[in-house]
Formats: sequence, C-alpha cells, structure tokens
Amino acid sequence: MTEAPLSSLGDIQARPPRAGGPRLPQLSLSGWIGLALVVFWTLVAVFGPFLAPYRVGAIVADDVFEPFSARHLLGSDYLGRDVLSRMLSGARYTVGLALAAALLASSTGAALALFAVVSGRWIDELVSRLMDAMISIPSKIFALVMVAAFGSSIPLLLLIAAVTYVPGAYRIARSLAVGLNQMEYVQVARARGEGRLYIATAEILPNMINPMLADFGLRFVFVVLLLSGMSFLGLGVQPPHADLGSLVRENTSGLGDGALAILAPAVAIATLTIGVNLLIDSLPRRRRRSGGEA
Amino acid sequence: MADLVQVRGLSVTACDDAGATAAIVKDVSFSVAKGEVLALIGESGSGKTTIALALMGYVRSGCRIAGGEVVVDGVDLAQLPEDRRLALRGCKIAYIAQSAAAAFNPSKTIMDQVVEPALIHRLMGRADAEAKAVELFQALGLPAPERIGRRYPHQVSGGQLQRLMAAMALITDPALVILDEPTTALDVTTQIEVLRVFKKVVRERGATAVYVSHDLAVVAQMADQIVVLNRGEVREAGRTDQILHAPADPYTQTLMAAARPAPRVQAAPAPAAAAPLLEIRGLSAGYGRRDAAGRPASLVLADIDLRIERGATLGVIGESGSGKSTLARVVAGLLAPAAGEVLFDGQPLPPGLAGRSAEQFRRIQIVFQNADTALNPAHRVSRILGRPLELYHGLKGAARERRIAELLDLIRLPAALAGRRAGELSGGQKQRINLARALAADPDLILCDEVTSALDTVVAAAILDLLAELRRELGVSFMFISHDISTVRSICDDVAVLYAGRLVEAGARAAFAAPPFHPYTHLLVSSVPEMRRGWLEAAAVAQPPPRVGPLAEGAALCSFLARCPVRIDGLCNVQPPTRRIGAGHEDLCHRSTEDLRRLQQAAGRSAAP
Repeated sequence: MTEAPLSSLGDIQARPPRAGGPRLPQLSLSGWIGLALVVFWTLVAVFGPFLAPYRVGAIVADDVFEPFSARHLLGSDYLGRDVLSRMLSGARYTVGLALAAALLASSTGAALALFAVVSGRWIDELVSRLMDAMISIPSKIFALVMVAAFGSSIPLLLLIAAVTYVPGAYRIARSLAVGLNQMEYVQVARARGEGRLYIATAEILPNMINPMLADFGLRFVFVVLLLSGMSFLGLGVQPPHADLGSLVRENTSGLGDGALAILAPAVAIATLTIGVNLLIDSLPRRRRRSGGEA
Repeated sequence: MADLVQVRGLSVTACDDAGATAAIVKDVSFSVAKGEVLALIGESGSGKTTIALALMGYVRSGCRIAGGEVVVDGVDLAQLPEDRRLALRGCKIAYIAQSAAAAFNPSKTIMDQVVEPALIHRLMGRADAEAKAVELFQALGLPAPERIGRRYPHQVSGGQLQRLMAAMALITDPALVILDEPTTALDVTTQIEVLRVFKKVVRERGATAVYVSHDLAVVAQMADQIVVLNRGEVREAGRTDQILHAPADPYTQTLMAAARPAPRVQAAPAPAAAAPLLEIRGLSAGYGRRDAAGRPASLVLADIDLRIERGATLGVIGESGSGKSTLARVVAGLLAPAAGEVLFDGQPLPPGLAGRSAEQFRRIQIVFQNADTALNPAHRVSRILGRPLELYHGLKGAARERRIAELLDLIRLPAALAGRRAGELSGGQKQRINLARALAADPDLILCDEVTSALDTVVAAAILDLLAELRRELGVSFMFISHDISTVRSICDDVAVLYAGRLVEAGARAAFAAPPFHPYTHLLVSSVPEMRRGWLEAAAVAQPPPRVGPLAEGAALCSFLARCPVRIDGLCNVQPPTRRIGAGHEDLCHRSTEDLRRLQQAAGRSAAP
C-alpha cells in the first residue's frame, strides 16, 4: 500500500491486487505466534525422537519427580524416567495422530456434505440421518468397545478419532453447503449445464474452506482431548510409549508437588492447541462482499 | 429565519483493514432552514448516507469525523460527548432508514416499537404515547389505525412498514427528520403513496427534513433545496427549481441525463419469417409440493403466452411478486413448469435441467440481478469468463486468454481486470462481468433479471447503453425483466406486463407510449415520478375501486380485479376478462379500448401542469 491518500472508499475496494510473485502471507501478530508454535511442534514431532537424550522407557534419574537439572532439563517422572525424552518421543503421537484424525474427520465430513447437498433430497436425507445416528453414539463408549474388540493400535486409534468427529464436521459443512447451494452463482452454473462434481468442488467448496478450517481447529483440539482421555484410561498409546495426554495422566500423583513432570506435558498440549487455533483464526480471509452503500 | 441545521466543513475519514485512511466526505457545508426539506443526492459512494448519519453525530465503525462542525439547533454534535448525543437521537433528531424490514425487530409488536423512542426519552407515558401513535397512523394513511399496532412487522406490507417507521420517527416530534432512501426498496405504485403521506406529514408538522436519495425525480417532489454530491464532495447546491431546470455543474447534468432514459432502440428487427426464437404457450409454474393434478402448492405463474422474435428484446414488467423472475427461471430450466410448454427455436425445451442438451444450455443464458451474489467470490474474472469458453467452445490456453480479453473489451473493461476477484470490482464492473459471462457462451437468448435495478442511475444508464450496443453488434435476443417501465420502454421492442402471475397486457413498445393501457399498466405508467415540481400533488390520487358484488367461484377472473379503479360490477367479478388481440397487441380487460382511452386521457389531463 502506498501512502498516497485515496480519494474514496470505492478506490479502496477497487485497488489492484499487489504485484505478483511470492510474498509472505499477511498474518497478524497472533497469527505469527500461532504459526511459530505449530512449526515448533511439527519439528518436535518429526525430529524429537532423534534429539531425545535418553531412551523412552529407561529409568535414568536417581529420584522420582525431580525438579529440572542439567542432566534432566524437565526433571524426572513418577518412575524416574527423563521427562524431556519422553515428551520428545511422545509429541509425534499427539501431533501426528491428532492432526491426521482431524484432517480425516473434516475432509470426510466436508466431502459427504457436498455429496449430500448436490445429490438431491433423498440422498441428502439418507446421509443426514446416518450421521445423526452416528452422533448419538457416545464417543468414549465407542472407543472403549473398539479397543476392547480389536486391541489398541495406532491405526485403530486414528480411525476411532476420525469416525467420532465426522458427523460434527458433516453438520457444519452441510449447513454451509446448503446456504451456498442457493447462491445465484451456483444457479448460474446449473443453468450453464455444469455437472454435480464441478458445482461441488469448484463453486461451493472454495467458499466454505475458511469456516471449515476454523472448525478443523476445533476438531483438532477435540481429538487431542479424546486421545488424552483414552490414554488416561490406558486404552491409548501403549507403554512404554506415551502421547502427551498419557504423560499428564501417568504423572498425576506429582500434581500435589507441582512437579515439572505433569506441568510440562500439560503446557505442551496447551501451546499446541492454542497455536493451531491462533493460526487458523488469523488466516487471511477473502472479503465476502464489497462495502455497503455509502 | 434561523437555520436549524448548519454543517460547516464536515470531513469524515474511513480506515480500511490495511490501515489506510481515505476521506469519504470532504469539506461539506450546507444549511437547512427551519421547516424546509433539503435533499442530499448522489450515487452510491458519494457519501450521502455518511453525511446523513453525521447529522446525528454518528459515524459507522471504522470511520471518524475528521473535521468541521455539525450544528443542529445550536448544538455542535461533532464536539458533543456520546451520552449527550444519545439524548438527542430518536428524540430531537429522528432517522428513517431505507429498509424498514431490517429496521424492525420481528419478535416485537409494531406498537411496542413505535412508542419506544418516546418511552426511552421519558417524554410521555405509555398510554399517551400509544394514543399519539394511533393519531400518527391515521395521518400516515395506514389501514385500521386502532389495530395495526398489535400486529408484528411481517404481517404488514413493505409500504405500510415504511410508513410505520415514519410514525416511529415522528412520535417524539423531532426538530429534524432524516429520511435515508425511504422509498428506494418499494414498488413504484407503493412509492407514490408513501411519498404523498411523507410529504403531507412533514408539512403538517412543520418538521425540518433531510432527504437522502439517488433518484432526482423523487427528490424533485420532496425537497426545497438540493445538494448534489459526488465522491464525498458537494458538486452543486441550490433551490430545487434551479437544479432541475438550470443545472450548472456537469455532474448534475450527467445525473439529469441518466434519469431520463433515452430510447435506445433503433429500427425494429425485420419480422422473421421463421419461427420465433422463444415461444411460451399456456405456461404455469409455481413452488411447493404438487397435488395430484400437478398443480404446485403456490402457483406463481398462470397461463402465460409470450414470444420473442429473433434479435428482438422483450421487456417483462410487474411489481415484486408478479412472477417475472420465475418466468426467467422456467425458461432457464431452473424450475420445471407445472403446465404448458416452452418452444425454443421451434423445438420444445425439456422442462427441467435434466433433459437439456449442451447446445440448449449454451444458447440460453441467464443474468441475475445482483452481481454480488451472481459471481463466485472465490474465482477470478479470468476463471468466471473462462469456464463457459472451456465448457461450450473447448477453448484452452492462449486461445482462451485471447477470447477473455476480447470479451472484456466488448464490455468496455480493461484486460488487466482478468486477474481480479469479484470483491475487488465496483458494482458496475461486476454487473458487466456478469453480462460478459453470458456473452462468453455466444448465446441466442439472454435472460436479464433486473440487471440494472441494484445500480445507480448513471451506472445503470451505461449498462443499458451497453446492452443496446451488444444487441446491435451481436444480434442477441433479450428477455429484459424489470419493475421500471421507463427502462423497459427505452430498450425493448415488445413489452409484456405481468400482474399476480398473469399476463395483463402485451404488445409492441409503441402501444405503451400513450393510452389506452390496461388499467394496471396505466397505474404503473402514472406512478413513475416525473422530474418536475408539483407532479406528486397533481398525480391523480388512487381512487378506491368501485364496489362490486361477490366474486364468482372457480372462474379465472381478472388478476387485477382487487385493485382495479375502473372495474365493473356484474362483469369483472363474474366473468373472466376478454382477451383482445389486435395488431401485435393484446390485453385482458372488460372495458372497451375507447373506454380506457377516455378514462386515462382524462386522468392524464388533470395531472398535467
């Protein structure tokens, strides 16, 4: 933007887009903080295990719930294991599993919603009632049954978390798609003879991405909480490995002492979820409509 | 006499998302004497609403008063603390907004909302306020003034709601009333009634008023003084007569020219020997569940016969709810008709979208009224225009780019616009792109649904010129749907008038220049404000329809019967109207042509200056 004064609001709306070429996304301060947190946790998830000073299951400290020291930067846990090592190894379960599950849930929900909306009344009705049925199953009970039946494994956890959150994502996506489906540009596309696939993917989808991303941030947090809850019950990631939620759970006995072993993973979960949401909330939004009548 | 309102050097600036500031009102000064009506006129973006709001010391969020003073009754509102301003708003200064439907709370009764300003400012008790409201309802010509307050906003018509909003504004006997485009959203036949009561009430109560509008003809009826605004600056200010008869500023002259649509039709196309391009026979359509006979729950169109010759333009007019948009949707295939058939180029069109061929899709294009919602905000102009090129003509790569540039050139837009999204264009540019998308298909017929209604007069005039030019150069046929008879008369060869889903009159444009008209067409024609003072007073006050006996059951009576001022007892209420088909003209009325001509000429004479 130049400093030259603009003669009217109309000029602001009609200004040319900035010259092409790569440019940094326009993010607010909170957006940059979110981005930094997300990048940090992604790096930890990828490289954490190689950086861990000790093996995951090794009991290396002299005492349980040790405070931080040069040998154990984040102290030791309830068995005297190195908390930093356990977190570096465990972050990938939380970040990877939750991210994958939330992505799977949101994209499946959105795809089903688009399919339902462009396919007409009967299919819409069928899919919607199916989703209603799924939403009525309590997620924890569903997870318990599944783990009891098939035994805990990473793919199963992924599937459970995804299936649990598909109906919610579907509901949001469908209500967005129903509204967009009534827009005149969609009707123009119909009158042009476009197929359903084109209408769903080219006309409707791009306009629901932003709200769906906000919803995705929410789902991600839900999945982290679900996985932590599962781990709390001992049904999540199996020992000696542990996701961040399990780390909080297994060290609850240190809560009274304010042990680092419980604070550190709790703070880790908080920063991760806050980071994801800060980033999503500050993604540059397209102007929905040009300014009103002046 | 002292001026009630004095605005001196008012400047308002706005901040956009990026933090850039722009002046939207620049050094504006004017004054209004007590008891006078001042009009602020200009197109959108001229800052007229911003000034009107500043008269209450209010600016929209993101804006601020950067300088100058707004003195109302000796108090400078620009300097006043917010709590003192609050005490003035709705009490001493009242505001009537454009959309009454949006200004009323749908979950409270009308009376609750009308007396609210008086109660908030503790001016009178509830009983007194209600009595005063009823008195105002009466003065505003509302039906059943005693009872209308008990209704909810959705239970009254748009014109009534607008008048109820005036009652809400006037209940505190404000010194200054600000009317912000109060009749823009109304049908022309409703507008005239609302204008008449507004004028009467403002005069009777001796209120000072500021009237904001983009319509010079409306302003000519209401205002003593006119301030012409453009881009936040005063272009010209003066008495109404001076502005109307001797505009000094070139911008005012442009506005005047745009407000009087010049005929844009050249020679009518040679009557084609071949079948008409589009022929509609006995068409009925509607929405909702269909009964056993295939009649939808709410029938919007009934028994429509129309034809469009090759290269000709058919204008379809009617007020809101007359079914004109539904007609376009049926032809475009977006709605399957309940009965009747549509022949395109001699071939019957499949009723819905399902059975249509790619070629049929290509040859009929629809252009919607609101370019804001008709263009996908996620797509760039190149994609919006490129998609039909790819779909219908298989154009790709450089050939496609070239054609997009040609199309942009055709609609008089720079080729550089191809990289922009719809949100980055102005209203007129968007409407041109909307039109260009239809042209990209190389269609034979373009259905234009109110394409100029959402635009300012100047921009709309440019779009109409463009349409006329496209027609001349490309030989495309248009179905031009509008509620504005002067627009239709300026660009169409044939005109069809719809009322309540039925055709009441159809024929060549020439037949719509002078009486006889169908009574409804006459009402439409005579309700369009003329750009001279005194028109409103002279325009014949709608006569209450003569009394008729009970309506015959089951007969397809005249759709205009309920409002017709010249209906005949014993004929109109028992027999379907006779369809008269003359030379290229037809209408449905029991009155003879001579009768209509005599009655309408008499009405015209009494209205003449």
